[in-house]
Amino acid sequence: MSANSRNSARVVLESSDISRALSRIAHEILENNKGSKDLVLLGIPSRGVPLANRIAQKINEFEKVNIPVGSLDITMYRDDLRLRPPRALAHTEIPDEGIDHKIVILVDDVLFSGRTIRAALDALNDIGRPAMVQVAVLIDRGHRELPIRADYVGKNIPTSMSESVQVSLADVDGNQESVIISAGEQ
Amino acid sequence: MSILLQNGSLKGEKNVDILIENDKISKVAPANSLKDDKAEVIDLTGLIILPGLVDLHTHLREPGREDAETVATGSAAAARGGFTAVHAMANTLPVADTAGVVEQVWNLGKSIGLVDVYPVGAVTIGLKGENLAELSAMADSTARVRIFSDDGHCVSDPVLMRRALEYVKAFNGVIAQHAQEPRLTKNAQMNESELSGRLGLTGWPAVAEEAIVARDVLLTEHVQSKLHVCHASTAGTVDILRWAKGKKVNVTAEVTPHHLFLSQIHCESYDAKFKVNPPLRTDDDINELRKALAEGIIDVVATDHAPHPMEDKEGEWSSAAFGMTGLETALSVVATAMIETKLMTWADVARVMSEKPAEIGQLTEHGRPIAENEIANLCIIDPNASWKVDAKDTHSLSTNNPFHDMTLKSKVIHTIFRGKFSMKSGQVQK
Amino acid sequence: MKKHLVSAHDLNKDEAVLVLDTAKELALISDRPVKKLPTLRGRTVVNLFFEDSTRTRISFEAASKRLSADVINFSAKGSSVSKGESLKDTAQTLQSMGADAVVIRHGSSGAPHLLATRNWIDAVVINAGDGTHEHPTQALLDAYTIRKHLRNNEGDLNGLKVAIVGDILHSRVARSNAILLKTLGATPIMVAPPTLLPVGIEKWNGEFSYDLDEVLPQVDAVMMLRVQQERMSDAYFPTTREYSRNFGLNAQRLKTMQKHALVLHPGPMNRGMEITAEVADSTNSVVIEQVANGVSVRMAVLYLLLGGSNSETGENN
Repeated sequence: MSANSRNSARVVLESSDISRALSRIAHEILENNKGSKDLVLLGIPSRGVPLANRIAQKINEFEKVNIPVGSLDITMYRDDLRLRPPRALAHTEIPDEGIDHKIVILVDDVLFSGRTIRAALDALNDIGRPAMVQVAVLIDRGHRELPIRADYVGKNIPTSMSESVQVSLADVDGNQESVIISAGEQ
Repeated sequence: MSILLQNGSLKGEKNVDILIENDKISKVAPANSLKDDKAEVIDLTGLIILPGLVDLHTHLREPGREDAETVATGSAAAARGGFTAVHAMANTLPVADTAGVVEQVWNLGKSIGLVDVYPVGAVTIGLKGENLAELSAMADSTARVRIFSDDGHCVSDPVLMRRALEYVKAFNGVIAQHAQEPRLTKNAQMNESELSGRLGLTGWPAVAEEAIVARDVLLTEHVQSKLHVCHASTAGTVDILRWAKGKKVNVTAEVTPHHLFLSQIHCESYDAKFKVNPPLRTDDDINELRKALAEGIIDVVATDHAPHPMEDKEGEWSSAAFGMTGLETALSVVATAMIETKLMTWADVARVMSEKPAEIGQLTEHGRPIAENEIANLCIIDPNASWKVDAKDTHSLSTNNPFHDMTLKSKVIHTIFRGKFSMKSGQVQK
Repeated sequence: MKKHLVSAHDLNKDEAVLVLDTAKELALISDRPVKKLPTLRGRTVVNLFFEDSTRTRISFEAASKRLSADVINFSAKGSSVSKGESLKDTAQTLQSMGADAVVIRHGSSGAPHLLATRNWIDAVVINAGDGTHEHPTQALLDAYTIRKHLRNNEGDLNGLKVAIVGDILHSRVARSNAILLKTLGATPIMVAPPTLLPVGIEKWNGEFSYDLDEVLPQVDAVMMLRVQQERMSDAYFPTTREYSRNFGLNAQRLKTMQKHALVLHPGPMNRGMEITAEVADSTNSVVIEQVANGVSVRMAVLYLLLGGSNSETGENN
C-alpha cells in the first residue's frame, strides 16, 4: 500500500458499529423468519465464519436458542479459478443437522460482484436442498455483476470500482475491528 | 600438385615449413625458409601440425545400418575431425566376420578416399561368443585385418578368449576386448552409484569392466599374446593396467574422449544422448583416466564413434541405444581435457591420437614422423579456437553428439590425407 | 508449486503440507451425497498407462471424475504403442487431443521426466510410477495416512520415524517415500537384506538397517513393500521362507512395536510373505484406508496443478 493510498483511507465502521450492525441483522433474521426455527448459518471463509458465529451468538442472547452454524468454502466453485494460481482450500463444515429443508443463511463480510454468493449457491446445491437460502452481509458496496441481492445488510456503502473495502475482525485479523475504505488496489 | 605449408608449429615444438609433393612430404625446413612458385601456399602461423589422427574404434554402420552412418559419411566426419585413418568395428549387418565383408568395407573406404578405413574383424561368428570367426582368412585378405574385436559384446567365455588370444599370435594379431561381464550388467543402464539408485536406473558396476580386464591381462600373460582394452572407463581398470604394464604384459588400452570429459551426472537429465557403453562414470574416474593417459598407462584415445538415428535416442532411457558420435569433436575434447589442464603437450596428443594407435593397428603409413619421404598425412589445428558444438552441424548421418551446446577449445582446421586436402579451412573436400 | 509432479523432490515442505491440507478438505467430499466438485469442468486428464496398474489408474480416474474433469484412459496395451509408436508420438497425439494433464505410468525410469521436459506437450505431467524411480502420489498418500493418525491431520511429520521394509532396490514407492518423509521432517529407515538395498544407500537421506527386529521398536510407522515374484529367482535371497522369517511382519513382531505404530502397505499384499494376514487385518493396519486416502491426495494434486491459471503458478501468493 502506497503512502498516498494510506492517506486516503477512511474508517466507515468502528468496532461498536460492527457490533450494532450484527445485532440488527440478528433481529431482522428472527423477524423475517418468524423465529429461529430451521435456521442454519453458514459463514463463507474467511471472515464470513466469525460473522456467522457472532450473529448466532446474538440470536442466542435474544431468543436463548442455539442455532447451528457452519462454514462453506466456495473455492472449488469459483468462476475465476483459471485466472489465478490455485488457492489453498478453507474448511467446510456443515452442521450435523444438515441443510435439507432448512433455511440457510449465507454470511459474508462484503457483497460486491455477487460471484461469491453464486458460487456458494452452487456449493449448497451439491450438499443438500434447503427450503430457502438467504444472504447476510456486513457491507454491501454495490457494483453487482449478477442478479443477486442481500436479504440482510449491515451497512450500504457506495464505493467506486477503484476503491477497496477492508474488513478487519478480531478473530481473523487479530487487530482492532473496523471497516476501512481505501483508494486503489488492496 | 604441391602444397607448401608455411610457418606451422610442429607438434607445438618448433616452427617449420613443409613442402608436400604428390602424396609425400618432400621437405621439412625452418620456418619461412621454403619457397615454391608452383605450390599452393598455406600460411599456418599460429597453428599446430600433427600427424594425421588415427582412430582405433569407429562404428561406420555400413553394411546394414546405412540410416545411421555409411562409410562415406563416416569418412567425411573423420576427415573433418582431423583423422586420416579409422578402424571400422565389426558389428555391422552382416557382421564383419568373413574376408568378404572386411574386403567390402576396405574397398568402400578406398573408393571414397577421404580417410583409410581399416576393418576390424569379429572374434566370433556373428559376435555370438560361441565359435571363432575365420580370423586368419581376414588377416590374409586384402584388408589385412590385424585387430579383432566383438565390440559391443564381450568375449566373456574365458576359454574362447584364451583361444582367440593364442590363435592371433600366428599373424601378429591383437584382440581388442570390450570388457563387460554380461551377468553383472544384465539390463544395466548407467554407472552403478548413489546416482543410479536415485534415478532408478539399473546399475552398471565398475567391477563388471575390471573383472574382465583383470582376467584378460592374466590370460594374455599366460599365453604370451597381445591384448588391447577398448574404452577403459574406470579408475580400477587403470590400476589393473598399471600392474600389468609393470609386469610387462603385452597390453594396450584406449580411452574415449567422452570418458575423459563427461561424468555420470549428465544422466540426471534422462537424455539418452548420454547413454553409452561403457557408461559415463564419476569425476574420480575421469581424473584417474586423464592421469593414466598422460602417464602412458592408457596408450591411446579412440572415439568409439557410435552414430544412431534420432528415433533410437530420443525416447525413454531404458529403450534407447547405447553410443555417442565423436569423430568430429575428438581432438577438441582431448585438447580441452588434457592440454587446457596442462596434463599433456601437443606432442603427447600426437602420441595418443596418431603414433601409438597406428602402432597398435600396425599401420605403416600413419602416425609416422613428420619428415621427408613420409606419406603426407597431417592434421592442422588452431590451438586458440574456442567453439560451441552444434550437433546438427555434422557430416555424420546422426546427431547423437553429447557435447552439443558445450564450448570446446582448439579446432582442426585442415586435414591432409595422402598429400591432398581432405578438409581445407573447415570444408571437407568431397 | 512447480508445473509438474515428477518426483517427490518437486515439492518443498510448504507445498507438501499444502497438498495434504487440501486433501484433508477434499476427503470430506466423499461423505457428501454429491461426491463431485465442478472445479476441473472442461479439463481433460489422460491416464497414460504403459504398465498395467488397475489400482493406481482407478484411483486417478476417481480423483479426476470427482473434480469433474474429462478422463481418457490410454492403455499402451492394444494401442499403437505396442506397435512401436514412440513416447514422443504418443505425447504429440495427446497434445493434439487437448490433454490438460497426463498421468503417466511407465516401466522405464525417467519417462515422465522426458514428457515434462521435452516440449512435446504443454500438459501438466503427473508421475504415476516410473520404472524403479519414483511414485510421488503414493508417497503423498502414505504421508497423509501417517499424518492423519499420528499428527491429528495437521502440519508436518517432524520427529517421526518410519521404517520402509523390503525391496528398496527396485521400489519406486520407497524412493519417493524416503524423499517426502525427509521433506516433511520425518526420518525414514530403509530395512532390507543387503542385496535389496541400492549401492550408495549410505548417502541417501535417512538411515538403513539389515535388522528388522532392531528397528521395529523405534518406529512410529512401518511400510511393508511387496516382494516381486521375479526377485526370488534372481538370487536376491535364498528362499521366500528365509525372507519371510527375517523381513516379514508377523503378530509377534507387531507386539514389539509401539502401541500407536501404524502398519502400511502400498498393495497388493503378498499375505504370508512380507506381511501375515493377522497383521494386515490388525487395528494397527491402515492398509484399507490408504486406498481412500489415495483418491483424496490425487484430487489435491490435480486441483493444485490444474485448478488454477496455466501460467507458472505464483509461488509467493
